[in-house]
Amino acid sequence: MHNKTIVELSRALAAGEFSSTELTTHFLQRIHSLDEQYNSFITVTEERALADATEADERIAQGKATALTGIPLAHKDIFCTQGIRTSAGSKMLDNFIAPYESTVTANFNAAGCVMLGKTNMDEFAMGSSNENSFYGPVSNPWDTKAIAGGSSGGSAAAVAARLTPAATGTDTGGSIRQPASHCGITGLKPTYGRVSRWGMIAYASSLDQAGPMARTAEDVALLLQAMAGMDPKDSTSVDRPVEDYSATLNESLQGLRVGLPAEFFAEGLDSDVEQCVSNAVSELEKLGATVKQISLPNSNLSVPSYYVIAPAEASSNLSRFDGARFGYRCDQPQDLEDLYKRSRGEGFGAEVKRRILVGTYALSAGYYDAYYIQAQKIRRLIKNDFINAFNDVDVIVGPTAPTPAFNLGEKADDPVAMYLSDIYTLSTNLAGLPGMSIPAGQVSGRPVGLQIIGNYFSEAKLLNIAHRFQQATDWHLKAPTDIGA
Amino acid sequence: MGWETVIGLEVHVQLATKSKIFSGASTVFGAEPNTQASLVDLGMPGILPVVNEQAYRYAVMFGLAIDAKISKRSYFERKNYFYPDLPKGYQTTQLEQPIVGPGHIQIQLPNGDTKEVRIHHAHLEEDAGKSLHEDFHGMSGIDLNRAGTPLIEIVSEPDMRSSAEAVAFAKKLHSIVTSLGICDGEMSQGSMRFDVNVSVRKKGSEVLGTRTETKNLNSYRFMEEAIALEVERQIDLIEDGGTVLQETRLYNADTRTARSMRSKEEANDYRYFPCPDLLPVEIDDEFIEAARASLPELPDARQARFMDQYKLSEYDVSQLAQYRDTAEYFEKVTKTCKDAKLAANWVTGELASRLNKESLNITHSPVGADQLGEMLLRVKDDTISGKGAKTVFDSMWNKEGSADDIIASKGLKQVSDSGALEAMIDEVMAANTAQVEQYRASPAEKRGKMIGFFVGQIMKASRGSANPGQVNKLLKVKLDG
Repeated sequence: MHNKTIVELSRALAAGEFSSTELTTHFLQRIHSLDEQYNSFITVTEERALADATEADERIAQGKATALTGIPLAHKDIFCTQGIRTSAGSKMLDNFIAPYESTVTANFNAAGCVMLGKTNMDEFAMGSSNENSFYGPVSNPWDTKAIAGGSSGGSAAAVAARLTPAATGTDTGGSIRQPASHCGITGLKPTYGRVSRWGMIAYASSLDQAGPMARTAEDVALLLQAMAGMDPKDSTSVDRPVEDYSATLNESLQGLRVGLPAEFFAEGLDSDVEQCVSNAVSELEKLGATVKQISLPNSNLSVPSYYVIAPAEASSNLSRFDGARFGYRCDQPQDLEDLYKRSRGEGFGAEVKRRILVGTYALSAGYYDAYYIQAQKIRRLIKNDFINAFNDVDVIVGPTAPTPAFNLGEKADDPVAMYLSDIYTLSTNLAGLPGMSIPAGQVSGRPVGLQIIGNYFSEAKLLNIAHRFQQATDWHLKAPTDIGA
Repeated sequence: MGWETVIGLEVHVQLATKSKIFSGASTVFGAEPNTQASLVDLGMPGILPVVNEQAYRYAVMFGLAIDAKISKRSYFERKNYFYPDLPKGYQTTQLEQPIVGPGHIQIQLPNGDTKEVRIHHAHLEEDAGKSLHEDFHGMSGIDLNRAGTPLIEIVSEPDMRSSAEAVAFAKKLHSIVTSLGICDGEMSQGSMRFDVNVSVRKKGSEVLGTRTETKNLNSYRFMEEAIALEVERQIDLIEDGGTVLQETRLYNADTRTARSMRSKEEANDYRYFPCPDLLPVEIDDEFIEAARASLPELPDARQARFMDQYKLSEYDVSQLAQYRDTAEYFEKVTKTCKDAKLAANWVTGELASRLNKESLNITHSPVGADQLGEMLLRVKDDTISGKGAKTVFDSMWNKEGSADDIIASKGLKQVSDSGALEAMIDEVMAANTAQVEQYRASPAEKRGKMIGFFVGQIMKASRGSANPGQVNKLLKVKLDG
């Protein structure tokens, strides 16, 4: 059952081949027997899952099922789920039982999905390797010595190891695409504003966007359908009709103009990864695409720009974690200052503290213009690069990450090296564009992802390209060997 | 050479919206602690703000009322600092591009002159919660009911030169925002709070002295006291060879003292930046014109109208037209009794002093405008005397019924009937022949004074019910024979 895609599972549930309860029990058993080696879940919500499944089975029996009714899902532990611990991977929220439901999870609940649990992540979504979690690092199912990627590493590993058919993720600088790439799955970061941020614990509000992670583009289309849409509770969500993402999956790619940015194939790109990407581009050409060299001249500035803007917003977003109302509180505070200092000092991990400090510095009097304002100007330049590029091409294609998954611990002590691993993904967040990562090869048994970046609200086009590519290739069908029968 | 005081005000005005500025929670004052704080007001992880359109409309109305530039594009920023009653660790406010730009307000000075005070800008922001330091045995309680209540902060230029001018400005602002209906004006509930920036300089100097800011004064009296205290402190300091330090000060109304809260060096670096959870707010001409069309009559216009329509004195108008509630009450009384001068005398006199004595707002007056109007009708038609009217008013204040009921039950109806009065006069004259002789022997200019004796006797005999005017007239005829 666990090798089936959502589309297949949905058909099987409808045909009565098995019940959602059987399906759910199967995945719960897999989590219990296998996740010890991956650590992809922070919380497994067994009782809730079985209750959801019972309800879904009734709904299916009544003929009121949607394509997602009865399908088990895991949610990144950044989405507030009412009555269930929502930790954001932090000691700070280890005791936090969310009192309300995020819009994303509420949408899946309404569709009749089954929640298996909450997946591991870098603390407050800050990280590229999932080594910054209070609950320990996540191992890559393809090679447990390797990182799963971050920050949605738990979601990516759980999908790759077939512990869940799909999972939600969030992407602030590559946090869906990069782990999807490293774990050989399909992930999509929608256009900023396409999916509501209500109930998603904020890291950098102007960059954060939720998206689906699954094995195929077809499944991702189904999931995005449930997630996307205007939410009156999120002022930054966009009031624009949601397309039927599944309807256009099979459209021809004849005449598709694909741009290859020179900057994404420059120094720092692993030659084996480059080869995988070239092969994938050839495949797209076979499907009818024409390829053009383009330039995104300011993309080399995306790392410095991102690492000013994101920490600046984070430094403010994380101020509410002060030990006063919810979350971690230090033992026996002596006075207010002691409460603040020790609660935050003990509750946050090193990378979170580093970014709070960087962001606080960037917003300080005397530095604001030199850092924050400058970074915003660069952000505008990066966005203009893309707008110019989309005058000539329909989509931009390149590697998702410069290398395959590196080993756990390899870059843990070198934050700058770690930050550079996001070099190809950051610019889409800065511009607010949609981007996907799809499996496109392997290097020494570790998956390599192809990144496809589209214009604003071109999710349907991205999914169409990804689906046609997956019809012609089988990288997305490959499974890690050591994930049980 | 003397000193000149320079004062600028920052006024926080709570807007009378039903719900908060970024959440749907109620803004009603006085609920049990923390019962009117939603997830948004509590700053829960993952929450997002949505701007209250009514708060924006109110801010625009204020801007139009002070003839200010309205920003078609404004945006919110975050002011970051840690405090337990600030749940998110930042206040969402406006800095670079506030909704209301420069404007001006005309104030009336105690000597009757008018003066223009320039408004630098006014911006929208959320209020913080309250820290309760009593009742918790060395700990502090936090009430977040107020957190997220919409405020406009009105920032004046340093255009005031005395505490009297500052108070006149504050009162004028109060009259504007209550006339607009955008604030309930309940100062005791914190609906208007003042921060005063004070500096002093030698008379004739063009250079501003170093200023201090005294925060959170919630009455005119406290403001006056705090300014006086601060001016004295600064002058003493400079005359003793010291220098004024830029600092924030706190005034203690109980001890009538102030202390330094923090110096400029200790001031927070608020790290303002545009709030990424809210898009810039763009308003169009249609929105502005709709707000303009909804503007009620403003105090200055009302004052002009009262002068013109009711032919009242400048003093009466200044008392009656400033506040919408008072003006509405007065106009209702006038409509009933059809005598503006009489209505003005009673509203600014007896009624005002009773309300003042019992610290009541005119909207809570035990004597309604219709009731007062009906009583004044009885004064006008001579049913009761001025003195009788005071008795009737007292009884109405105590809820003893309508003017007519009280006049009847207390027998306050004046005797104006000539026959009855003449009989009384004859009786008194007969009983006081010596005084009558004396009167008649006196020259005309002395008689005026002497007539008072007879009036007194008749009033006594009638137990106050005789119409004094009528008695006077009839007496004169009879005595002069």
